[in-house]
Amino acid sequence: MLPAPFLNTMAALLTIAIFSFLYKDNPFYKFAEYLFVGIAAGYIVALEYHNVIVPNLWRPLVGGDLNLLVPFVLGVLLFSRFTSGFGWLSRWAIGLMVGTFSGLAIIGFAQGDLVAQVQANMLPLKTETLLGTFSNWVIFIGLLSSLVYFFFSKEHKGALGASAKLGIWFLMVSFGASYGFTVMSRFSLLIGRLLFLLVDWPASFGLHWLH
Amino acid sequence: MEKIDRRYIFLAILLLVLVPLLVPIGLPIRVSREVQSGYDAVAEIPDGSTAYFAADYDPATMPELHPMALAALDQLFSKNCKVIGACLWPAGPPLLEDALRRIGEERYGKKYGVDFVNLGYKPGNEVAMVSVGRSIRATFPTDFYGTPVESLEVMRGAASLTDMAILVNISAGYPGTKEWVQQVQSRYHVTMVAGCTAVSTPEYYPYFQSGQLSGLIGGMAGAAEYEKLVGKLGTATRGMDAQSLGHLAIIAFIVLGNVLYFATKKKAP
Amino acid sequence: MKKEVPLLITAIFGSFMVIDYFVPHPSVSAVGETLQQWAIIVISFSYVLGVANIARVNGEKISKRSRDWPFAIPLLMGLAFMLGVGIFGGIGERTLFNDFFLYAYTPMSGTMFSLLAFFIASAAFRSFRVRTLEAGLLAVAAVIVMLGRVPVGAEIWDKLPGIADWINNVPQMAAKRAILIGAALGAISTGLKIILGLERNYLGGE
Repeated sequence: MLPAPFLNTMAALLTIAIFSFLYKDNPFYKFAEYLFVGIAAGYIVALEYHNVIVPNLWRPLVGGDLNLLVPFVLGVLLFSRFTSGFGWLSRWAIGLMVGTFSGLAIIGFAQGDLVAQVQANMLPLKTETLLGTFSNWVIFIGLLSSLVYFFFSKEHKGALGASAKLGIWFLMVSFGASYGFTVMSRFSLLIGRLLFLLVDWPASFGLHWLH
Repeated sequence: MEKIDRRYIFLAILLLVLVPLLVPIGLPIRVSREVQSGYDAVAEIPDGSTAYFAADYDPATMPELHPMALAALDQLFSKNCKVIGACLWPAGPPLLEDALRRIGEERYGKKYGVDFVNLGYKPGNEVAMVSVGRSIRATFPTDFYGTPVESLEVMRGAASLTDMAILVNISAGYPGTKEWVQQVQSRYHVTMVAGCTAVSTPEYYPYFQSGQLSGLIGGMAGAAEYEKLVGKLGTATRGMDAQSLGHLAIIAFIVLGNVLYFATKKKAP
Repeated sequence: MKKEVPLLITAIFGSFMVIDYFVPHPSVSAVGETLQQWAIIVISFSYVLGVANIARVNGEKISKRSRDWPFAIPLLMGLAFMLGVGIFGGIGERTLFNDFFLYAYTPMSGTMFSLLAFFIASAAFRSFRVRTLEAGLLAVAAVIVMLGRVPVGAEIWDKLPGIADWINNVPQMAAKRAILIGAALGAISTGLKIILGLERNYLGGE
């Protein structure tokens, strides 16, 4: 709706304002930080209104689906937290949310993680290739030893201690890989912002200097 | 070593990332097994079938995830697939809209409401996932613009996730790939391909090994590999040189930090 | 009323989510679908509650002239602006709402997280010490994955990407699977405790 050069310049200035934190904390950064929270908060309420409150609650309710009065009332009760005497009423809605998530978590973790992952680890310990056999043994031993490390009901001594030690090594390799991937993530975000400043911002003025 | 102003480190990082963006080296990109599997899984669905595109990300992870969303949509639209897009992250719908319009409308001439739709956002994380698995229309009575979904041609024959040929999830974290696997893939046994941030990728390798995920595209590097497979090089490919130098810089800092640490430790009485 | 009713609601909703999975009867599914729709609506109210709280806290900050109070003004103005243009002007393409999302929210959010690249570099230099065998394993895995997952890895040594893939798919995967299984057991037991009313911390004090 607004002209592209104006919008891109606004985006560039806000980007630079946040980057300025790298030099030191300053009012430009603080301004952008607070503005971001405000815009994000306003965004989410407007979105909830158009994408949830109107289509999932208001229209069906007006259309005669009076069952929806239940979530409407429970939703409104959440705001009782702002009162001093009736704050406990918000627990009804919290109970609904916590109960629903707990029930779904039981099913999700049981079928999606526990059963499926235990089943997936039933690997042949002899395969057609040497690497395949070796890898399957590593997975088998790695899983068992890592699980032993998390078993705290018995002191980690003797065979149990050795196995737990091996488990720590597997976990360390795993954390190392996670660190490598984290570095990748962080740099990608920086590259994205720099590409905006170098390519998209000038392009909004018709300046295509980088190809 | 503590006396070194960390702003010198910041400056070094900035320069190391800037230079390859200004002067690209063009290092060749190798496709990993996880990304190839994802590409193959999408390639195997019948042409013209319907895909559910769960765009669960926000601007904070856009440089990693938007390129893979564009590449995945390119592959789907090139097969004349219909795409039903939706978000469980509040800041997702405008990004999904951008991706659908840029690839569907501008590149392939597809029509909104006929070939693709943006259903917008729903809160509820796992609740919304299970609900979509049961009934898309009950969860999303209207699209992002407030149009009732029953009036959209693309929604014909797309009652629930079980009617979809594939579930493509672009995920920035919670709710995302893990929850889709737990609540939907395991429950309804839908073929699922995930594209996720690099930081969350290691967590999903067990799902890839178990076959719960048919493909795993991790971070900007995964997105660059996917771009190579669909033959449309984009910002992920463009960023790979800078990514490479950034990683080298981190390794150099780790080595240098340790050398200085042990050197000063030896000198100390 | 203060504790029993929320505990009952938790038990009903929680157990029904479980029953719904095991009893695939249309009547059970219909109830399950209704309860899930209710949950989606109540959760959306919780977001509005969160935003109302942000407005309240920052409004108080201005009225009490607390530390950094002038910055609460752009926060509240940004909130009111997005709310106003969003509700009255629409949220689709070619709206002010969309413009400010793409050119204010997006760059600020993206840049905020991109700062982490600088801090992770600083931490790598100052804090990543290889003093033990465990730290050595972590460092070696990190270096191989960092190099193997980007194009420069193959330029240094053509076997590096393959080794990185093996680490990710084999030892890394095995340890992550152990974490996954452990977390699953924990989540299932916590879920059961909540539904059975044994875990009540979410209800707060009183």
